[in-house]
Amino acid sequence: MLRAVEFERPRSVKIGCAQKGAFFIGGLEYNPPARGGWNIVHTGMLIPEAHQIFACAQGCLRGVILTAAEMNAHDRMSWISVSENDMFDGSLESDVVDGVCDILERLDKKPRAILLYLSCIHLFAGCDFGAIIDELRGRYPDVDFTDCYMTPTMRTTVTPDVKMRTQLYSLLRKMPLDKKSVSILGNDMYPDTESELFEILKNGGFVIRDIHFCKTYDEYLDMAKSGYNITTRPTAKAGGEILSDRLGAEHIYIPAAFDFDEIENNYKLLCERLGAEKPDLSKYRKKAETMLKKAQNIIGDTPIAIDFLAVARQFQLARLLLEYGFNVKYIIADTLNFEEEREFDFLAKNYPDIEIYSSVNVNMLGIADEPHKKVLSIGQKGAFYFASDFFVNLVSGNGLYGYKGIEQLAEMMSEAFENPKDRKAVLKLKGHTCESCLV
Amino acid sequence: MKNATKIISCYSADTAGVCSALYELGGMVVVHDASGCNSTYSTHDEPRWYDKRSKIYISALTEMDAIMGNDKKLISDIVSAAADQNPAFIAVCGSPMPMMTGVDFGAVAQEIERRTGIFTFAVDINGTHNYLKGASDALLTIVEKYTQKTDRIKNGVNILGATPLDIPLNGNLNSIKNCLKDSGFEVIASMTMDCTLGDIKRSAAAEVNLVVSYSGIAAAEFMLREYNIPYVCGVPVGGEFSKILADSLKNVKEKAYPCSERQTAENGIYIIGEGISAGSLASAITLETGEKTRVVCPLDHNKDMLAQGDSDIYAEEDIEKLLVQNKPKAVIADPLYKFIVPKDIKFIDLPHFAFSGRCYERFMPNLADDTFIYTVRRKL
Repeated sequence: MLRAVEFERPRSVKIGCAQKGAFFIGGLEYNPPARGGWNIVHTGMLIPEAHQIFACAQGCLRGVILTAAEMNAHDRMSWISVSENDMFDGSLESDVVDGVCDILERLDKKPRAILLYLSCIHLFAGCDFGAIIDELRGRYPDVDFTDCYMTPTMRTTVTPDVKMRTQLYSLLRKMPLDKKSVSILGNDMYPDTESELFEILKNGGFVIRDIHFCKTYDEYLDMAKSGYNITTRPTAKAGGEILSDRLGAEHIYIPAAFDFDEIENNYKLLCERLGAEKPDLSKYRKKAETMLKKAQNIIGDTPIAIDFLAVARQFQLARLLLEYGFNVKYIIADTLNFEEEREFDFLAKNYPDIEIYSSVNVNMLGIADEPHKKVLSIGQKGAFYFASDFFVNLVSGNGLYGYKGIEQLAEMMSEAFENPKDRKAVLKLKGHTCESCLV
Repeated sequence: MKNATKIISCYSADTAGVCSALYELGGMVVVHDASGCNSTYSTHDEPRWYDKRSKIYISALTEMDAIMGNDKKLISDIVSAAADQNPAFIAVCGSPMPMMTGVDFGAVAQEIERRTGIFTFAVDINGTHNYLKGASDALLTIVEKYTQKTDRIKNGVNILGATPLDIPLNGNLNSIKNCLKDSGFEVIASMTMDCTLGDIKRSAAAEVNLVVSYSGIAAAEFMLREYNIPYVCGVPVGGEFSKILADSLKNVKEKAYPCSERQTAENGIYIIGEGISAGSLASAITLETGEKTRVVCPLDHNKDMLAQGDSDIYAEEDIEKLLVQNKPKAVIADPLYKFIVPKDIKFIDLPHFAFSGRCYERFMPNLADDTFIYTVRRKL
C-alpha cells in the first residue's frame, strides 16, 4: 500500500477535497519515464514530403533532433543553433533566413514544404516571424513554408499541443469545397476506421480524409476540399475552427466521450450537420456494454488508475467504469478539463475517496519504489508510478472513438489484466505507434 | 553556415552536463526552464533515469513569470521542495529564457541557502553550450566545496570526468577501474559515476588523478593547485595504450596527456568525438595496428588534449568538406555522422551517448577491452 507521508506540497488529493482547475500548487516538476506521448516533431512528421527546421538553443534542439532520429526520420529534420550573441546582435531574423536557405541548398532534394519552428527566446525577443516566412517564400516560390512554434513557456495560454494542431493544417490552401467530403483533424493516432463514425460517413457517401491516410503532399493539400472538418480531441478544436473559418468549411466538434448519451448526441449532431441519416446504433451500444461487463468479471475489484496521457477525459472514463462495477481508485491529472466538470462533480460527491495524483509533483519521484498492490493502469504514467506491468498502453486515446472505442478499451483492459507487459521496454518508446529505432 | 545543420545530431547541452555530473551525489538540481524541457535530459541524456532516482527537476518557467521577473516563485518552489526532500546540496542553473531576462542565479542561490541552510550554488550556463561545460563547472564546484586536505593513500587514484554521456553503462567504468587495480592502483573516487559525496570528500587522499573526459580537467587543475595531485588525461583502450596510461599515472609529476602523444596523418583513420576518449582510441589504434590516425574534436577541449595535426572543427559543413578533401582511410564516429561521410570511405560505428542518445545504446562498445580494436582491425 502507499505510505502516508505529509509533504509541504502534497502529491495527491482526494477528489472530494480537490479544487476545480489546477489540483496542485505549481512548483518544481519531475519527469516520469513514460515516453509514449507525442510531441511537436511527431505531429509535424504527419505531413508527407515536408521537412522540419528548428531554430533554437542547443538544449532545446537536442530533444527534437533525437525524437526524429529515434523515429528513423532524421533525414526530414535540420536545425539552426542559436547562440547568446545571436540574440543580441540584431541578426535574429537574418540568421534564421540564411540558415534555412543554406540548409535548402544542401539538401539532396527540395522538400515540398518546410515547417520552420522558432522557440521561446525568439518570441520573447520580438522576432518578426512573419517577415522571415515572407522572405523565404519569396526566395523559394516552389516550396511551401509555415511557421511553427516550440514555445513550452506558453503552456498557460495557447499550449504547444494546440498550436501545433493548428499549424499542421496551415499549409492547406483554399480550394472549391466538396460538400460530400469530410476531413478528420488533429488525431495523433491512426483513426479506428471500424468505428460507427466511419460507418455513418461511408453510408452517407462521404469521402473521408485524414492526414494519417495521406501518402503524398498533394493528398494532404486535398484535405482543403472537404466541406466539413471534424475534430474529436480538445487539443484539436481550436485548429479545426481556425482552418474551417479560413477555408469556408463547416467545423463539427464531436469529442471522444465515455458517456453513452453524449456519444449518441454527438452522432445526432453530426448527422444533422451533414444532412445524413442517423442509423440505429443500439447494437454498438449493447456490444460496448456487454464488453464492459465481461471485463469487469475478469478484473473484479482490482484497483484501477487512469492517467491523463491515456485519454483526454479521464474523469468521464472513471465514472463509466465505476458505474459498471470497476474499482477506480486513482486518477493521474494536474488539471481539470472543463469539458468534464459534470463528471468531476459526480465523482467528488459519490466517490470522494478517489485519489488524484499529480503527474509531475516532485514528491512523485520515489512513488514507483514504494510497495504497491496490483493496479491495472489505463495509461503509461500510471504504469510507471504504480509499478504495474498490468497496463493498457493507451496514449491520446489510440484513435479509439464512440461505442466501438469503449468496446475496444474494455477488451484491452481485460487483455492487460491477464497479460503483463515488459513495462520498461514499452514505456521507453517515444511517440506511441511511431516507428522507433529502439525496437 | 556554421550554425546551420542539414542532418547530423547535436551534442547534449550544458544543462544535461550539470545534471549528469551531479546525478548520483544526493543533491537537488533545478534547471530554470519551461515545463517539459526536462524530458530531453531524462529521455535522451540520462540512461540512469528509469532505474535510479535523482532529485533533478525543472522549474516549469512560464512566459508570464519570465516577463514579470518572478524569481520569488523559483526560490520559494525550491525551498519548498528542499523541505520535502532534504537534499545534500542544491544546484540551480539556467536556460535560454533566463539568459534573456538576466536572472541573477548567484543571488537566487544565496537566498535559497539562507532560507534552507543547505549548500546551494549556481552553475553559470544557459542551454547554449555543450555538455562538457556544464559537467565541468558542476564537478569543479563540488570538488572545491567538499574535498579537504588529508593523508595520502599509497597508489590512490581518482577518476575525473566520468558521466554516462561519455562512459557508457555497459561495464566500461568497471573495466577502467579494473585496469587501474591491475596496475596496482586503488580507486578512491570515480567522479561522478558510481560515486558518493563521501567518496569525493576522501578524494584528496589520491596520489594521482585520471581524467577521462574534458569535463574532469577543471577539477583536476584545482586538485593540482590545491593538493598538489598531478593528473593524467586518457581512457584505457586496448592493452598497449592502457599500459602507457598506467606508466604515466605512476610517473607523472604535474600533468600528462598520453591521449595526444601520437603522430597524425591527413589521410589516416579519422576519429570524431570527445577529445580525450577519441585521442586515447587513436593512440591505441596506432599502437595495436600501426595505422596513422587523426582526431576531429567538435567539442570543448584545451590545446594539450589534441595532437599536432588533429582538427577542432565542429560545423557539419566543415567536417563534411574535410572528409571529402582528405579522403581518410576510414572514419570512426557515432553512426549519426554517417550521413556526411562520403560513401566510398569506410565507416566504423562508435556510438556516443552525448551525440545519439539512446539510438545506438545497445551497440556501444566497451572501449577498455580489446574487442573494439579487433573490430577496427577487421573492418580496415
